[in-house]
Amino acid sequence: MPSWVNPEKCDGCKAQDKTACQYICPNDLMALNREIMKAYNQEPEYCWECYSCVKICPQQAIEVRGYADFVPLGGNAIPLRGSDNIMWTCKYRNGKVKRFKFPIRTVAEGSIQPYEGFEADPNMADLDKQGFFTHNMRGDTLKHF
Amino acid sequence: MEREACTFSYCDKPAIEEKNVDLLIIGGGMGACGAVYEAVKWAKPNGLSIFLADKAALERSGAVAQGLSAINTYIGSDNDPADYVRMVRTDLMGIIREDLVYDLGRHVDDSVHLFEKWGLPIWKAIGEDKNKTLEQGGKPRRTGRWQVAISGESYKCIVAEAAKSAMASYDKAEYVERVFIVKLLLDSKEENRIAAAAGFSVRENKVYFIKAKAIIIACGGAVHIYRPRSVLEGYGRAWYPVWNAGSTYAMPFQVGAEATMMENRFVPARFKDGYGPVGTWFLLFKATATNARGEDYCAKTEYIEKYAPYNKNLGTCIRNHMMIEDYKKGLGPMYMNTDKALAELAKTIDAKHAKELESEAWEDFLDMTVGQVGVWLGNNIEPDKIPSEIMPAEPYLLGSHAGCCGLWACGPEDLQNDATRKAGYVWEYKGKSYNRMTTVNGLFTCADGVGASGHKFSSGSHAEGRIVGKQAVRFILNNKDYTPSVDKTAEELAAEIYAPMELFEKYKTVSTTPYSINPQYITPKQFLFRLNKIMDEYVAGTIGWYSTSETLLTKGLYYMEMLEEDSYRMAAWDLHQLMRVWENYHRFLTARMHLRHILFRQETRYPGYYYREDFNLIDDANWRCFTNSKMDPKTGEIKEFKRDYVQLIPD
Repeated sequence: MPSWVNPEKCDGCKAQDKTACQYICPNDLMALNREIMKAYNQEPEYCWECYSCVKICPQQAIEVRGYADFVPLGGNAIPLRGSDNIMWTCKYRNGKVKRFKFPIRTVAEGSIQPYEGFEADPNMADLDKQGFFTHNMRGDTLKHF
Repeated sequence: MEREACTFSYCDKPAIEEKNVDLLIIGGGMGACGAVYEAVKWAKPNGLSIFLADKAALERSGAVAQGLSAINTYIGSDNDPADYVRMVRTDLMGIIREDLVYDLGRHVDDSVHLFEKWGLPIWKAIGEDKNKTLEQGGKPRRTGRWQVAISGESYKCIVAEAAKSAMASYDKAEYVERVFIVKLLLDSKEENRIAAAAGFSVRENKVYFIKAKAIIIACGGAVHIYRPRSVLEGYGRAWYPVWNAGSTYAMPFQVGAEATMMENRFVPARFKDGYGPVGTWFLLFKATATNARGEDYCAKTEYIEKYAPYNKNLGTCIRNHMMIEDYKKGLGPMYMNTDKALAELAKTIDAKHAKELESEAWEDFLDMTVGQVGVWLGNNIEPDKIPSEIMPAEPYLLGSHAGCCGLWACGPEDLQNDATRKAGYVWEYKGKSYNRMTTVNGLFTCADGVGASGHKFSSGSHAEGRIVGKQAVRFILNNKDYTPSVDKTAEELAAEIYAPMELFEKYKTVSTTPYSINPQYITPKQFLFRLNKIMDEYVAGTIGWYSTSETLLTKGLYYMEMLEEDSYRMAAWDLHQLMRVWENYHRFLTARMHLRHILFRQETRYPGYYYREDFNLIDDANWRCFTNSKMDPKTGEIKEFKRDYVQLIPD
C-alpha cells in the first residue's frame, strides 16, 4: 500500500532543507524533486505503509493507494492525527464509510519528564547490583527463582 | 570477478567525522531507546560521553515505528516470571536461555510503568478505575495472560521523546539521525576487544569513524532474507519492518561474536497479504481459525504425533504445521472467522458496547498494520459479515518475537548454577561478568540481538536495552584506563564504505543502461532478489512449504559463495542506494548464518517454521542443545558447534 503525493497539495515543505516526509520515513523512501518542489515515494516496493509520512505531512498531501499486488482500487484509509487523538476515515471500494477515533497519548508532546521522581544521581555502588536505577533507588529487591 | 579497491578516482571523497566517545549506541528502536535512557542516568555522575546513531529518525524508527495495539510482555502482580519462562520455553520448543528469559521477566514491568507515565494509553479492565495506573495497582485489560491492550499509535513517538529528553538532560549525550553504521572494528592491541565502528550519513557525503570504550548494537531483526509472497509493491508489506536488515547479527559476527540459534526463524501466520495481527482476534474476540470446510485444523492431533512430546502444548510453530498440513491437502483457504466471533460477542452485549467492540477490532489494525485495513477496504471485506483469510508468511529472523535467533550473551550472575557455568552462560572479563555482553569484550546487544530468549516484544526490548545500558556503563567504569586502538585509518574505512559508489562511477558508461543492466556490476535490488531466490528455493522458503534437506542446503551454499563474491560488485549511484548496498550485504551475512545453522542441526526442531525433510523429527537426545557459530575475524573461517541447554525452571 505505497504512499503517493498529491501535487496540488504538496508544497515541498516550502523549500526547507528537507521535507517532513523525508525527515520521518523510516526507510528513507521519500524524496524531493527540486525542479518542481514536490515530494515523491522513490521506492514504492519497499514501502511498509506505516503511514508516518501521511500522518506528519503539514499539507495532508500524502495518501496511500493499496498495494497493486493484492488490493483492488477504490478503498482508502485517511488519518487525521491531532495532539491527543487520531481520527480515521475508512472508505470501502463500494463507497461505504467508517469513522473511528482513538486516543494516542495522555501527556502532551514535548512535556515528558523522563526521570520524574528519580532526579537524584543513583548510588554507584548499585552498579554491581541487578535491576534498573529505578529499582535500585526505590530499594526494590529483584525476584529470584 | 576481482574485488576492486576504491581510490576515489571516480566518485567524490566524503568528509570524515572522527569521534571519540565512551559509549556508542547503534540503532534507535525500542532497545536503543531503553539503553540510552538507562545509560544517561549512570553515565552522568561519572562524566561519560554517549553517542547514539540511528539509521532513520528516532521518532519513527524500528519495529514499533507504525505503532502497536498491545504490549505483549507485562508480567504484572498476577504472574510469576517463572511462569513466563515456562511459556517461552514451550513456545520455542524447549531450547531457551532460562537465565536471560527470567531476568527479562523480572525487569520488564518497570519499563511498562514508565510508558504509562510518559503518556501511553494503557487499557484498563472493564469496570476498573481508568485513571489508576498499573504502577498504582490499576488492573490492565488483559487480552491474553501476558498481553495488555493499548492505544499505541504513538507508542514509539512517546518512547523516543523520553529517550531524546533524557539525552537533552545531559550535555555529554548526543544522537545523530540518518547515520548508518555498517562496520564494527576490533582493537588492534588487545585481542577480542571492540574498539570502534564506522558508517556513513544517508543525507550528506560524510563518513563517521567512532572510537568507543563500549558499544551497544541494537538494529532489529532481519527482513527480506526470503522472497516474500508478494513481489511487486507488496514486497514492502513485510510482516516485520522492511528496514531491518540483519545488521545486529552481521556486524558482530564479522568481528567474532558468537551467534546462537541462527537456524531459528519466525513464520507468522497472519491475515493473508496485509499481515494484520491475529492475537487480538484469537485472544480478545475468541475467534476461531478453520479450514475452508469449517474444520479446526488445530484439532487434528494426528498431524503432530510424530513430534511427541512436543505435541502436548501447541507452540506457535506447531500450530503453523497443522495449518500447513491442511493447506497441502487442498483444504484452504484458511479463515479467521471474524464474522462468527463478532456475532457471538454481540449476543452478550448491548448496542453501545457492540459499537465499542467494532471500534476495538478496527483499532487493532489501525494502530499497527494499516495495510490490513487497506485489504479489507479494497476487497469490501466487512469483518462482521465476511471471514478473512489467514496464511503463513515468509520467514523472518528475529530474537524478540516468537523467534529466538541472535547473539550468545552473558547472563546475570545471580541466576547461574554449576551447570550453566559449564555450559558457558556466564563468563568474566578481568574478573567481572557483564549481563548481556556478547563474546566480544565491550560489545553488548539487546532486543532482537540477544538470542535464545524470544517473546520479549516491545516492552521487553526496551527493558533489555536498559539492562545493557547500565552494564555498558559499568564495563566502561571498570576499565577506565582503556584507550581504543584501531589499525585502520578513517580514509581506509571511507574507501571501503564508498567502494560501491566508486564502482558505479567507474563503469556506468559501459552500457546504455547504468541503472539496470551492466556487465561490471549489479544493483542492490538485483543482489537482493538473487539472495531471496536462493533462500526461497534452497533454504526452506514459502515456495516449497518451508522444506529443505542437506542436498538442497549444500547446493544453496554453493550459490551463496558466488553471491558473496558478487556482493563486492554491488554499485550505488547515490547515498540512498549506498544504504541499500550495505543493508543487503548485512542480509547476505545473516542469511548465510541461517543456512549453515539449518544444515548443522540435523533434526526438525521447529515444524511449521521449517522442515529438514531428511531428519523430519525432533531428536531431543542429540539436539536439545544450543547450536552456536563463530567466525574467525582474521581468517573468515566459520564453525558451528553445540552448547548445553540447562533447565533452570522446573516443568
